[in-house]
Amino acid sequence: MSMSQIPTRKKIEFILNGRPTRIDIEPDELLIDVLRDRLLLTGTKKGCGEGECGACTILLNGKPVNSCLLPAMKVAGQAVLTIEGLAPDEALDPIQESFLEAGAVQCGFCSPGAILAAKALLDEQKNPDEAAIKSALSGNICRCTGYVQIIEAVKLAAEKMNAQPPASKPS
Amino acid sequence: MSIAYYATPKTVAEALGALAELDGRGMIIAGGTDLVPLIKQNRVDAKALIDISGVVEIRGLAFEPEALTIGAAATHHQVCSEPRIREIWPALADACASIGSPQIRNIATLTGNVVNAQPAADAAIALVALGARMEFMAAGELKTELIEKLYAGLGRSKIDPRKEMVTAIKVPRPGGRHGNAYGRISPRNSFCMPIVNAAAALDCEGDRIVSARLAMGPVAETPFRPQRAEAELQNVELRNTRALEAAAVLASQEANPRSSCLRGCADYRKELSRVLVKRVLEKAAAMAGRESIQT
Repeated sequence: MSMSQIPTRKKIEFILNGRPTRIDIEPDELLIDVLRDRLLLTGTKKGCGEGECGACTILLNGKPVNSCLLPAMKVAGQAVLTIEGLAPDEALDPIQESFLEAGAVQCGFCSPGAILAAKALLDEQKNPDEAAIKSALSGNICRCTGYVQIIEAVKLAAEKMNAQPPASKPS
Repeated sequence: MSIAYYATPKTVAEALGALAELDGRGMIIAGGTDLVPLIKQNRVDAKALIDISGVVEIRGLAFEPEALTIGAAATHHQVCSEPRIREIWPALADACASIGSPQIRNIATLTGNVVNAQPAADAAIALVALGARMEFMAAGELKTELIEKLYAGLGRSKIDPRKEMVTAIKVPRPGGRHGNAYGRISPRNSFCMPIVNAAAALDCEGDRIVSARLAMGPVAETPFRPQRAEAELQNVELRNTRALEAAAVLASQEANPRSSCLRGCADYRKELSRVLVKRVLEKAAAMAGRESIQT
């Protein structure tokens, strides 16, 4: 079989922010571009484009990954969560509330990625210590806060989430 | 990027079929955390990719009597979060935990870490010290080779991802008293390339070392084994810190790091490699010592 005979574009199905999604994907498309340019989910930020800064972090099956390094074909059959899917409609997730309250959102460019990295941590550990928080956020660069407020925000979010029973929200 | 074709096989047979059909024009991709930036920068020409990350048979870890099998598509996160690996092969768990960021470790594979052939690759350094082998399909035949023998030079693996496909990494299970350890020195604690890294594996009888394997990086074009230091460690008593230190001095003399704007000058890195090899030897000796108390 020659390459010209192989169909190159593929229709993939995946779960995006809790909803089954179908889309035609070209073989060279990266997930970040599909999310931002085609699905208009611009909450996921494009920073370095090399997997260094973490601004493009999304959750793939609950785990943080860099969407700028991810060929979109890789998400076929998987579950993707972007910042837009964290809380329903205009509501805020406790992690988002905590980031606002702790002053962890300054220019805001790193916030969607940092919040999703924090979500992956808090889904696994209810009371992470500071070392665990730092480790979980080590792939998210912030040039405003010096990280102090971000770490405080994750601690605050853990308190909030432990204080209230989890509401029903999209996975 | 200029990728014209992207295959997502579900079985090893399908992946090998695609590789054969594309006849040298296809390339295996696993996590892609190194390959995708290289393709973006036009430093690797790959028109067709065969993604093995969805091949279920090679995604897991298997604990067999003789060895740990790490599937070719298993990630660093899988390895460093597995308690049995942390217990038996802490060198491997620590090495995998020190690579990149959580985002990278969730996608990047140990196989990619080896085939990418960088001398600083943390997992590869631990695997070389542990005497791990790689299994791969080449021209219809399943081959197996020590990982340290799969390096052709800086950034060049003997595994050709356009023709060959890795299926597993096999880490031998230590027989008797044994200790292993990994360490690195880097400008910051996380998400940073090492100035130097090193791993040690010590097989012992009683409190004496009968066989030592050391691996160091990046102090040569490929992961480096200081063989004079290894020989010097034979018959050394585990608690003989002077002898361990003497071996570390030898290892640093054998190492040949480059002066680097990113990593510091050669003399500095040689000195750091002495300090680091001493640390990992003491840690591995302590583990072997604990084992001997238990048995």
